[in-house]
Amino acid sequence: MSVITPTRRSPRTPASRPARSTRRAGTGRLAAALLSPTFLVLGLVIGYPVVAALRLSFQVSSESIDPETGFKVTRTSFGLDNYSTVFTGENFLRPWWNTTSFALASVTLEVLIGVAMALVMHRALRGRALVRAAVLVPWAIPTAISGLLWKWIFNSEGVANDLLNSKILWSTDGFHAWASVVIADTWKTAPFIGLLVLAGLQVIPGELYEAARVDGASSWRTFWRITLPLVRPALVVAVLFRILDVLRMFDLPYLLVGPRKHSVETLSMIAFQEMSNLRFGTAAAYATVLFAYVAVVAFAFVKLFGADLIGRGTRSQR
Amino acid sequence: MLNDQITMSSDREPEMLRDCACVGSNSKEEHVSSSQLSRAGGTRPAARGTRRVRGTMAVSVSAALFAAVLAGCSSDSSSEEPAGGPEKSADRGPITLATGKDTTGTIQDQLDRWNKDHPKEKVTLIELPESADQQRQQFVQNAQTKSDAYTVLNLDPVLVSEFAANQWIDEIPAGDFALDKMLPSVVETGKYFGKQYAVPFNTNAGLLFYRKDLLDKVGAEPPKTWQEMKDTCAKVAKLPEGKGVDCYAGQFDKYEGLTVNFSEAVTSAGGTIVDEQGKATVDTPEAKKGLQFLVDGFKDGTFPKSSITYQEEDGRRAFQAGKLLFHRQWPYQWTLANATDGSSKVAGKFGIATLPGLDGPGRSSLGGLNLAVSKYAKNKATALDFMKYFASEENARTNLEVTSSAPPYAALYDDPALQKKFPYLATLKQSLDTALSRPPVVRYGDATAAIQESASAAMNGKKSVDDALAEMQKNLSAAIDEK
Repeated sequence: MSVITPTRRSPRTPASRPARSTRRAGTGRLAAALLSPTFLVLGLVIGYPVVAALRLSFQVSSESIDPETGFKVTRTSFGLDNYSTVFTGENFLRPWWNTTSFALASVTLEVLIGVAMALVMHRALRGRALVRAAVLVPWAIPTAISGLLWKWIFNSEGVANDLLNSKILWSTDGFHAWASVVIADTWKTAPFIGLLVLAGLQVIPGELYEAARVDGASSWRTFWRITLPLVRPALVVAVLFRILDVLRMFDLPYLLVGPRKHSVETLSMIAFQEMSNLRFGTAAAYATVLFAYVAVVAFAFVKLFGADLIGRGTRSQR
Repeated sequence: MLNDQITMSSDREPEMLRDCACVGSNSKEEHVSSSQLSRAGGTRPAARGTRRVRGTMAVSVSAALFAAVLAGCSSDSSSEEPAGGPEKSADRGPITLATGKDTTGTIQDQLDRWNKDHPKEKVTLIELPESADQQRQQFVQNAQTKSDAYTVLNLDPVLVSEFAANQWIDEIPAGDFALDKMLPSVVETGKYFGKQYAVPFNTNAGLLFYRKDLLDKVGAEPPKTWQEMKDTCAKVAKLPEGKGVDCYAGQFDKYEGLTVNFSEAVTSAGGTIVDEQGKATVDTPEAKKGLQFLVDGFKDGTFPKSSITYQEEDGRRAFQAGKLLFHRQWPYQWTLANATDGSSKVAGKFGIATLPGLDGPGRSSLGGLNLAVSKYAKNKATALDFMKYFASEENARTNLEVTSSAPPYAALYDDPALQKKFPYLATLKQSLDTALSRPPVVRYGDATAAIQESASAAMNGKKSVDDALAEMQKNLSAAIDEK
């Protein structure tokens, strides 16, 4: 604010207050106006599709073929039929279980391997830069490409069978197909967890470790009592991201094993299948149910582990 | 590490202060906008002028986006459609040809020839993904948005029913095309409810590739029936060269190839998938014998265990490595397996025959591509003329010579010059003569899923043949009857 002389200020005092508040309101309006393009774009690309998908999920269409011309006649009405399709029949529990089991198994593996990777990368050893870069290579490869690479590895004549000295037909339905997806997913995303945990490790002050050493704590105890609690905020966010990611997994099982293989069929794959057969209502219902499921899991996770997503700091957890 | 962070943030502080300070001397409006922009972007714009420009640009861009979306919505509801089928249209002008990825690299040459003679009615090539599923996806999207981006569609024959029933493609004046010169079974794939909706561009049928060298050793002829095939395999297995050579494989992975192979097994046993009236017929004794052949093949070791994961290329690798005695495959394998650059161990050692069946020669499923006109396209008169050129016998001959794709025209198969170049032509024609199209179901996606589901369950041994077929009959009927 520029300097205003007291003589000019005192007579104007009663009037200056409304003026200032008008200006503040004006600033607020200006801010709103300037932000409006952002809100508009967000509304168009996020708000509208969500609402449209929700609306679509209640749209029940019945089709018949005109016996004269052979043309398709479609009648649409609104109802809950799409949701009853989702919640009944064999098509519900199986993908539900696949989606959940993928999330549990691969995130657990990824956390174990990712933390181990971070600890290795954190150590000041020779060639650290090389190790860090090397660890990130799988993460940098697009999922579709890594899906195809692993498809070759798990081919009936592939490297996996050669190394294991087995004759497993990985791409046929069964536990092995499920396992192949978990392996490929872990390979790809353990570095992601590793990287986030590494960032968390780097902000732990060295004095804590020095103090622990002075007190004669074993390295195992140091890990449990110092490293893990202090790295937890970073780890929890990383795990949350991974869980959200795995719950909507589509590309890896689709490419690696193939569509309609029961043991790896996830909810997103069924939604896609319905959509490509032009049953948009059912597809939207599947997608909405998945959306709700992911939201519930994320909410429960945040409540349980207190993931710090909006930057409140670590204080609130104590 | 902590130190690093502190110095970093303290580094940034003066920069931000400077930013505010230099702005402070200016008008208040400028202040808000510039500090917000610099905070959001994290960079300091060089001149204040550009900030304004950026701001207005953002507004105008979003306004344009909004307008575009509104326009999209309104055009959707008003649904302004080009009137009439192609035969009534007299509109001429530039058009497009939408086709799967041109792996042969020859389509552009054919278009160039047309474009040279028709400078005002040029055809632009639009290449779609290689996989048939993704092509369908693009075609469906184009139709759903009623876009005029694609004029002539190069469709997989199984999609003709779906596209015709949804009225995404126009009926075609059959008399304008030389359909009577084409193989009747192939022309049939372009029909829906007795009307012609598409014209065959090329075709395809399965062949039985066999190891001629090994068959000669045991003095066997190419088999006509499944039993003969198994007997020959048993004889070859006793040869020292027969070690490590499996009997037969097709495409048995759970994908479109399984639908083709299952259909062939059923039709080769004298059955059908869908009858003349369009009813599902997979609960018949013939269908049972067909599926039984596939199930027994895995049980008694006629098919290698790993062939349950085979798509075309997996089988081709096995055949070219000399690991298969018989292989059901499309004609493209002929050239590749005859390559003498070391990629194939069986070059010159194999022959081809029509597929074997239960009691006599089997019947293949049809592949290929059909040309159709999008309902929402412009310049349909040009589209028809172009299709006449593109699907002409002359063009088909060139395509056969250059890309070895099977023509729909009967006469080309009897041409001595071509027969000399492509020794499999006569056999291919025999296979095409009796070939059947895959079930022409409007909801083909559901139909093929039903077939794959039950057939693979039976072949994996998870369901008995009877149960699998009962389930398939139920699901296939449901797919045909619609909701």
